[in-house]
Amino acid sequence: MRWRLAALGVALCLAGGIGRAESGDAEAGAVVFQKCSGCHQIGAGAEHRIGPHLNGIFGRVAASHGDFSYSKSFQRAGAGGLEWHAETLDVFLENPRAITSGTRMSFRGIKDAKDRRDLIAYMRRFSDNPADIPEADPTAAATSHDVDPAILALVGDPDYGEYLSGECTTCHQAEGGDDGIPSIVLWPEEDFVVAMHAYKSKTRNHPVMQMVAGRLGDEEIAALAAYFARLPD
Amino acid sequence: MTLNRRNFIGVAAASALAAPHVLADGHGKPRVVVIGGGAGGATAARYIAKDSDGGVDVTLIEPSRTYFTCFFSNLYLGGFKEMGELGHTYGKLAAAGVNVVHDWAVGVDRDAKTVTLAGGGHLGYDKLILSPGIDFVEGAVPGWDLGAQNAMPHAYKAGSQTELLRAQIAAMPEGGTFAMIAPPNPFRCPPGPYERVSMVAHVLKQSNPTAKIIVADPKPKFSKMSLFQEGWANHYEGMIDWIGEDFGGGEVSVDPASMIVTIDGEETPVDVCNVIPAMKAGRIAEIAGVTDGNWAPVNAADMSSKADPDVYVLGDASQQGDMPKSGFSANSQAKVCANAVRGALTGSKVFPAKFSNTCWSLIAADDGVKVGATYEATEEKIAKVDGFISETGEDSATRKATYEESEGWYTGITADMMG
Repeated sequence: MRWRLAALGVALCLAGGIGRAESGDAEAGAVVFQKCSGCHQIGAGAEHRIGPHLNGIFGRVAASHGDFSYSKSFQRAGAGGLEWHAETLDVFLENPRAITSGTRMSFRGIKDAKDRRDLIAYMRRFSDNPADIPEADPTAAATSHDVDPAILALVGDPDYGEYLSGECTTCHQAEGGDDGIPSIVLWPEEDFVVAMHAYKSKTRNHPVMQMVAGRLGDEEIAALAAYFARLPD
Repeated sequence: MTLNRRNFIGVAAASALAAPHVLADGHGKPRVVVIGGGAGGATAARYIAKDSDGGVDVTLIEPSRTYFTCFFSNLYLGGFKEMGELGHTYGKLAAAGVNVVHDWAVGVDRDAKTVTLAGGGHLGYDKLILSPGIDFVEGAVPGWDLGAQNAMPHAYKAGSQTELLRAQIAAMPEGGTFAMIAPPNPFRCPPGPYERVSMVAHVLKQSNPTAKIIVADPKPKFSKMSLFQEGWANHYEGMIDWIGEDFGGGEVSVDPASMIVTIDGEETPVDVCNVIPAMKAGRIAEIAGVTDGNWAPVNAADMSSKADPDVYVLGDASQQGDMPKSGFSANSQAKVCANAVRGALTGSKVFPAKFSNTCWSLIAADDGVKVGATYEATEEKIAKVDGFISETGEDSATRKATYEESEGWYTGITADMMG
């Protein structure tokens, strides 16, 4: 890990502190954040979802929320001293794998430097005074859905989920890696259930997932959500 | 409790007494022998060992120390992957508790419930899982036999054959001819020959753009046909000549010594000839006496042989119904089988069978397509429930995403097989 952080340091020196020299447009960044909001919440009342909440990220050591399960890759980065500032966020957001090769974050990065600056400016709004976060609503897309509360209330049987998971792990890695097919481990159960029902109702677009979810019953989806929420142990 | 020698023995003795003997005929732990370490066999061995937590002895017999996946081997021919990326070893399976034996299984005695190894040993089993893949039907292509596989490679078992075919394509003279003799149904990987044609065309377009590709096919149509033909017209216009059944594509003979291919009475000299003969279940299935014709019929609910309830057949070798012969299918069937075998041996809960398959193919760089379906077990067969296929005319971003998805699947399935 250390060599990678050292390399990152070199890259930052060469880049000459881009994030700070040119400040981004936070309003535009709010739009860019829509790419993130499926998994991350930010703003008043933000909580960990598929990814950790992003309030107060500036100056924080990577992987330092004690109540979130990070990938080993992220834990090593944090232990190696990675801190989040405009510069490190910029490098990370350009290509997350360059810093944390084993991250479960299913995101390829933002190639456009202005988009990254804008996004960082937006996130900074929720970090300047972490104790006094602006009264913005959490932005997670997962909160807008029409899944029947009775379905969300089902308590899944993780043992049944383990058996059913065989159909998932032909493509999705049980270890949580993401190489072109997203990680599905350690999601909040509700997010998992909402996503699967969106495929089942064909409001979320992917032919393989629509087919797989299409024949899963409510109990089965709940079982899978319960099982994958606990992986990897 | 500190574990010292004395109480360790005590613990071991107590758990031995408590161990279930559901089907272990008077010999301690129940034993499963798996023959063939590919997508079916490796997955079944891994799941039984993992899910039984050491409650079942699992032995995997596989002659190769490194398994080269047949899936993605066309991408090696196209230069998108290197052979090293397709090789997988069995160390993690061994670490997960599977007894990995690198030897050939040469005999099965279903009365005594033993498997004989080429090295001379015998292994007893309570349940036997056969996942031997395919062998070729002798005499299927007149003029060709295994002795001719260097002159005219099949390259349908990945490894040295695939490397040979790539070298032959690279050595083709300018404007030369590549011929493929495609197989009749059913065969391993239905889109495989046509993805291969695409990959050969991709290489030749760059290195040898006046070269020609001829495909002699005994079938009137093939998997993802409209997608491939659209792609061939878009990327490789005028390069590929597909001769189907209607035009005598099934009337073929070859002469490996003179490199002549005769299609419907017309002799054509070729520079490379990829002969993919008709296929049958891997030989050990026939030796075990569980085949009927070329394949081994199985019960859809648990993949058990119709000839013997203690023998299971997975993947390409099985005759199960609607699923295509693919690595994805074998992996899917293996998990159903593993659940049933573990249940029979340890009394663990057996869940109803569910199967699925998706096959991705690459037509050109970043031009990926896919076809897939879900299946259920009926009394009669594994029956298709629902399916989908990529559409012609999709935008390039969709096709690129489909290719990237296939790379994710490759990582996923190899981890699911090998740990």
